[in-house]
Amino acid sequence: MSHLPQTIHEARRLLRSGAMTSVELTEAYLERIAQMEPDIHAYLHVAEAQALAQARLADERMAAGQDTPLLGVPLGVKDIINVQGMPATAGSRILEGFMPPYEATVSRKLREQGAVFLGKLNTDEFAMGWSTENSAYGVTHNPWAQDRVPGGSSGGPAAAVAAGEAAASLGTDTGGSVRQPASWTNTVGLRPTYGRVSRYGVIAFASSLDQVGPITRDVRDSALLLEAIAGHDPKDSTTFSDAVPHYADMLDGGVKGMRFGLPREYFTEGMHPGVEKATREAVARLRDLGAIVEEVSLPHTDYGMPVYYLIATAEASANLSRYDGVRYGYSAKAPDLQENYKLTRGRGFGQEVKRRILLGTYALSAGYYDAYYLKAQKVRTLIRADFDAVFEQCDALVAPVAPIPPYRIGEAPTDPVALYLLDVMTLPSALAGVPALALPADFVEEDGAKLPVGVQFIGRPLDEATLFRIGRAFEQANEVA
Amino acid sequence: MPKLTPQEVQHIAELAKLALSEDEIERYASDLSAILDYAQQLQEVDTDHIHPTASVLPLRNAMRPDEARPGLEPEDALANAPASDKGYFKVHAVLEGSQ
Repeated sequence: MSHLPQTIHEARRLLRSGAMTSVELTEAYLERIAQMEPDIHAYLHVAEAQALAQARLADERMAAGQDTPLLGVPLGVKDIINVQGMPATAGSRILEGFMPPYEATVSRKLREQGAVFLGKLNTDEFAMGWSTENSAYGVTHNPWAQDRVPGGSSGGPAAAVAAGEAAASLGTDTGGSVRQPASWTNTVGLRPTYGRVSRYGVIAFASSLDQVGPITRDVRDSALLLEAIAGHDPKDSTTFSDAVPHYADMLDGGVKGMRFGLPREYFTEGMHPGVEKATREAVARLRDLGAIVEEVSLPHTDYGMPVYYLIATAEASANLSRYDGVRYGYSAKAPDLQENYKLTRGRGFGQEVKRRILLGTYALSAGYYDAYYLKAQKVRTLIRADFDAVFEQCDALVAPVAPIPPYRIGEAPTDPVALYLLDVMTLPSALAGVPALALPADFVEEDGAKLPVGVQFIGRPLDEATLFRIGRAFEQANEVA
Repeated sequence: MPKLTPQEVQHIAELAKLALSEDEIERYASDLSAILDYAQQLQEVDTDHIHPTASVLPLRNAMRPDEARPGLEPEDALANAPASDKGYFKVHAVLEGSQ
C-alpha cells in the first residue's frame, strides 16, 4: 500500500507534481485490487479497460494544463448507481446482467471532472441491510477483521476505501447505509441533506429518504467529493437550487465556542461499552477544543425504527414493482403473464427484500393505511420537529453511529426486530432529512481484533460546511491524541 | 396485538406479485407479526393535530417548458429486455383467448 496515496488530495498532489501519471496511478490501484479482492470482495465489477481509458483522458487534460480536484483520481461506485458502460445489479439476482442505458447524474458529474471509475462496489440487495450479507453476490469482508462484516448497505464502498482499493467511493444512505459502514471500517461517511445530491440514475429504494454520499479517508476528501456531486439537477425535482459552497475551503476555524447537543436517547440499552466510551471521549475532545457540549433530548427517537420501517418499506414496495421480468432483468419465462410476474419476483428477490416488500404492501393496503403508513408519516413530522427544536440551541449534535462494533459474518441477530434496532442511531436523522457526518473515533478490542468505532455529527439542513469544519477539527485532534 | 396468519401473508404476496414457498409464508407470517407488534408503540403517540410528512422538502411543483427533447433510443430501451420483437417488449397474452 505504501506506493499508493491515501487520499484524493494526496493523489492530486502526486499527479500535479508529475511523480505519477493517472494511468500509473490507476494501474497501481488495479494491482492493489487484484491483490486484496480474494480476501475482501468489495468489488462486484472491476472495469479495468474503461478505467485505463479514463485515466489516459485525464492525463491528456493535465498535459493541456487542467488542474481540478478530482482529475485523474481513481474512485469506486456503489453498484446501485448507474455508470455508463458498467453493469448495475443493486446486489440483486433480479438485475443480473443489467446494463443501464443511461448514466446517473452523480457519475456524469464525476466523469466530467476527470475522475476515474475503477468499478462497482458491493451492497446489500437494493441497499436493504447492515452488512452486505444480503447481497446476492457474496459478502464483503471487513479489512480490519476479515471474519467480520464491513457494515452496510454500502459495505463494498467502505471496505474498498479502508483496504486502499480506491482513493474514495460513493455510497447511498437511506437509513444509515453510508454512516454505519464508515463507522465499522474507520472511514469518513457523509449523509448529505435530503435534496442536496441528485438521485437521477440511482436505483430507488425509498424515495423520500435515499441520498448519495461519499465514503473517504478524511474530511477534506469528503468535502471535495460532496462539492463535486451536489447541486440542482433538472432530472431530479427534489434537488435544492441553492448554490453549492466551496466546502473544501471552509474546513478551518475549529469548534471553539460552538454549541453541541448530546442526545440522551442515543445511549440505549444493549449498547456496547466501547461505543459509549468512544462517544464520551469524543465529547471530552470537543470540550478540550473549546466547544460547549450539553445534553439534549430528541424525545421521539425511539419511534424512529417503526416509522422508518413502515415508510421505507411502503416506498420500496412501490419502487420495486418495476421489476416485472418484461423490460429488463431476470425473467422466469413462465408461460402466463401473471405467473411470470410472481415467479420472476419470487425467485429474483432475496429474503430481506421480499420481507420488506410484504411489510410495505401490508402498510399501504386497504384497512391498514391509516393505522400504519399515515400514522408513521405523522410521527415523522414529530421526529423532524425534535431536530428543529434542538438546532435552535445547538450548532450540531454529537452521537454514536451504531450500538455495537462490527459482528462476525453469519452472526447477526436472528430476530428481525433486534436486527432492525441496529439502525436506531442513524434512522431519526435520515427521517428528518438532516445531514450527518460519521468519522473514526476509536477502536475496541474484541477477541484480539481491533474493531473501528465511529462517531457522528448531525447538522442543520444544508449546513454540511459546519459538519466538515467540526469533522476536520475532531480529526486533527484525534490524530495527535 | 396484530398477528398475521399465513392466509393474510398469502394475500399480501398476491397483491405484491410474489410467488412464495410454504416455508417462506410461515416465516414471513411470524417475522411480520413481530415487526407490526413492535410498530404498535406508535399508537401511544398523540398525533391528532399533526400533519403527515410525505417529504421533508417544502412541497412544490417543478415545472419545465413543454419542449421535445431527445430521449432513449428504442434499441437502447430494449437492450435489456428478456424478449422483444420488432421494436416492442414482448409479453404473454394478457386476455384469455387473445392468442
